[in-house]
Order: sequence, then structure tokens, then C-alpha cells
Amino acid sequence: MKNCEYQQIDPQALPTPTPTPTPTPTPPSQPCPEKTKKQQRKWEIFPGKNRFYCDGRIIIARQSGVFPLTLGIILITSGLFFIFDCPFLVKHLTSGIPVIGGVLVVFVVISLLQTSFTDPGILPRATPEEAADIEKQIDNPGSSSSSSSYRPPPRTKEIVINQQVVKLKYCFTCKIFRPPRTSHCSLCDNCVERFDHHCPWVGNCVGKRNYRFFYCFIVSLSFLTAFIFGCVTTHLALRSQSGTGLVDALQDSPASAIELVVCFFSVWSILGLSGFHTYLVASNLTTNEDIKGSWSGKSGSEDTGNPYSHNSIFKNCCVVLCGPMPPSLIDRRGYVPEDSLPNATVEIQLPAAKNDVNVVGKVPSQGL
Amino acid sequence: MATEFHNLQELRHSASLANKVFIQRDYTEGTICRFQTKFPSELESRIERSLFEDTVKTLNNYYAEAEKIGGQSYLEGCLACTTAYLIFLCMETRYEKVLKKISRYIQEQNEKIYAPRGLLITDPIDRGMRVIEISIYEDRGSSGSSSGSSSTTSSSGR
Repeated sequence: MKNCEYQQIDPQALPTPTPTPTPTPTPPSQPCPEKTKKQQRKWEIFPGKNRFYCDGRIIIARQSGVFPLTLGIILITSGLFFIFDCPFLVKHLTSGIPVIGGVLVVFVVISLLQTSFTDPGILPRATPEEAADIEKQIDNPGSSSSSSSYRPPPRTKEIVINQQVVKLKYCFTCKIFRPPRTSHCSLCDNCVERFDHHCPWVGNCVGKRNYRFFYCFIVSLSFLTAFIFGCVTTHLALRSQSGTGLVDALQDSPASAIELVVCFFSVWSILGLSGFHTYLVASNLTTNEDIKGSWSGKSGSEDTGNPYSHNSIFKNCCVVLCGPMPPSLIDRRGYVPEDSLPNATVEIQLPAAKNDVNVVGKVPSQGL
Repeated sequence: MATEFHNLQELRHSASLANKVFIQRDYTEGTICRFQTKFPSELESRIERSLFEDTVKTLNNYYAEAEKIGGQSYLEGCLACTTAYLIFLCMETRYEKVLKKISRYIQEQNEKIYAPRGLLITDPIDRGMRVIEISIYEDRGSSGSSSGSSSTTSSSGR
């Protein structure tokens, strides 16, 4: 949408330069390849280890882990449930069961896809000028002189948040001082804001932007597995009561046995995970911080508490789950600006931006 | 307005970029988006301190408005949750609306205040909300700098 704004500006801004390309015959050989070269979108040159689909609309980690397996298990188990258990249960109990099951499955699949395909809050890497500026600021305060031969010790910056000292670490890959609660994921090779963990089941990092989807996914999945488990148990119980026993019931409906096994093993782990993340949400912590024990009072003093917590379970939950949705910072579908032009004085007469973006180097200087 | 843009682009390509100043984030209030209002020394000769501070403070206020946690954001969040967050695909969030306001404000500031002084502010969203980048131009042209705005950087903030 922001692209549309710039598209409105540029055609107005560049009526005059477009006719002027004629007076410079020499550069045309240069702009021609650039003119015909397809402008790249930023996702095509993205430095992290991610994969993009649908022309940059969908992002997923390069190591998608067991995401296909997760999706497969969910769909297959739910499918078996609807095909083999629902008819019996509808006949003997209520027809609300497939409806509830259907709603849950839809919720689970949608939240899973959203968790996997959303940008978790990746921080774009620093531009060269920014990195140089930071280096200058670090080197200035008389730090160790010989920094060329070996990698200097990790650079940290201390800041105070809510009367608590927080260390910001310098990321050598992204060349920035990581904001608080940001961590660099080695699997995706990106700094992710409010980094929770990299989930192989989901095939993506869980961070600021997709944590609510992830939470929704595990909660609805725990409901779904508990629901299927309960229904299948009921089904088998009813069948064995009316029939000749449990073994025969299982033989009559072997799919139920599969579902039972899958759900039995999943329900404990998923319920446990949901419980753990509910605790994290209520205390406004991330898995990363919890594991490292960042705020768990190392010295046992009252001072080390979580500076981000709002000290109210309700408010923490609201903030984490219902807070404003931050935008993606990596602008996957924007076009790469043509900064490859050497300097602004060279009059390369490129045509006016066929796309909105950068009109650097397209306008001839006119005696200014 | 079109001519102003035109003039600024001419300025950009006739002036040479001397330096870039980066205004870093201020994390003293947590992870919300705020920029430091400390006046950088490189800008001392180029712009008045009060104008610069006004700009940064206004930007900080805009970001605070975008990230404000209150009735409207809860409503948005709950509504989104009940629709399994599919509503984000159709609806523009409040944050995005405020980001648009911010980019218009920055354009306006560039036109009116910064470009006449040979400076240019880059929208922080184009730098991953890490810094406010202010480009300092040395005007090589004889005639004074003209006003204009930055229609340069690309982003769609999504």
C-alpha cells in the first residue's frame, strides 16, 4: 500500500526528465541492459537462510524441519477421525461432534500455516554506512588497538530499562547492536525480535510477529488432540459395550487405534507445551529468557526481575496476545534500489522508474 | 509540489553526499520504538537544535501512538484471534495506518525544513526501525538548495 503512495508521486515528479535522455548517446549501452534487466525484489537478495514463495509473500526457514510431518500428522489423524469415528458418534451421540472437530481442525491448520509462513520479526542487516558508524563509535572510546588480526571480544552496550541494567550484544553477522530481547537464530541466520525459539515442528522461528499465531496453534492443537482422544475413547467404549469387547472393537475400527496412539502421545506434550507457554505469556517472558534464566534472580536479590513485565497477569496476556501487530521490517516485496550507480554526477539516463522505488540517478542535474 | 520533488531530486544528484548521521534507538522505556533526542554534533552547523528535537519528538509520539496498548488495540487483537488472524490479510492494522502518517510527516519535514538546509531524513522503516538516518549533503551548486522531499526509498512496511 505504501508502494501506491510512491507511485503517485513519481509520475508527477518526473515529467521533464524523461524526454531528456536523448542528448547523451554514450551511456545508452549502459542503461540498456539495466533497462531490460528485470528489477529484483528484495526477497531475491535476502541474506538470511530463508525460503520465499509466492513472489515473497510467504517466508519460511530454509531448514523447514519437520513442518510437512506436522501438517501431515494433523491432517491424517483428523481425516481418519472424520471418516471412521464421526459416523458412529453422530449416530450414537450428537451431530455436533464433527462440527466442533471441524472448527478445531480449521483453527489448527490456519494458525499453523500462519506461524510457519509469517515473518517472525526479522531485523534487516545494517547498511554499510550504519555498520561503519557503529564501528566508529565502538572504536573511539579507546578500546583495544589491535583489532585487525583477531576477532575482538564480544562487544556489549549496557542500557537501563525500568531501573534494570540490560546488556545489548553486538551481532557480528548483522552488524548491529541487538535491541533488547532480540536474538540471532543460527539456523535462519537472522536476528529476530523478541526471539522465543526456533521451532522445527513449525519450520520457522517464533518471534515477536508470530508468537500469537504460535500460541493459538498450540492451544487449539491441545484442544483438538484432547477432543479427538476423548471422542475415540468414547467411540471404542460404546462399541465394546454394545459389541463383544475392546479387542473386537479395535478390530472393527483399526483407524481408531492409530488415532488413539497418536493422540495419547501428543496430548501430554502439547498440553505441557501450552501450559508452559501460558506461563510465559502471563509473565511476559520468552523461552529464550526463561532457559537462560535472564531474570530469575541470579543473585537472589529483588532487583533482578523482568523489566518488561507489566506486573499483572491479565495485562501481560493482553499485551502479548492482543497487542498491536508490528509490521514486517524486511520488506520482502519491495524492489531493490539501483544503488549500483557509481555517483550522482554521472548522467545515466535511465527511464523513469517503471516501479515506484528509487529514482536515484535518473535525473540529470540541470545546472544546480 | 511536483516541481518541489523534481527540484529535490536534482539537488540530490547535483549535491554530493557528505556524511550520514544515525540517530539510534532509545531503549530506556523498554522495547517500544523511541529514538534518542540527543542532538548530533555533525548537525550543529546545519540545523537548529529545536527543529531537530521537534521532529524526533513528533516521530516518537507517532510511534507511541502506533504501539499504544489500549481499547482499540485489544479490540483489534481479539477480533483477529476469533477469525484465526485471517483478518490481517484483508485489513490494514492500526500500526500500518500510523506508519503511513509517519511517512507523510517525514516527507513534509524534508520538504519544508531539511531539504532547504541540505539534509534528508530517511524513514526509519526503511532501516528496520533501527535508526533515523539523516543524510548531509554538501551543495556544490551555486544557487541555494531547493525544497523537495524524499521519494527515494522503497518500502511497503509489511
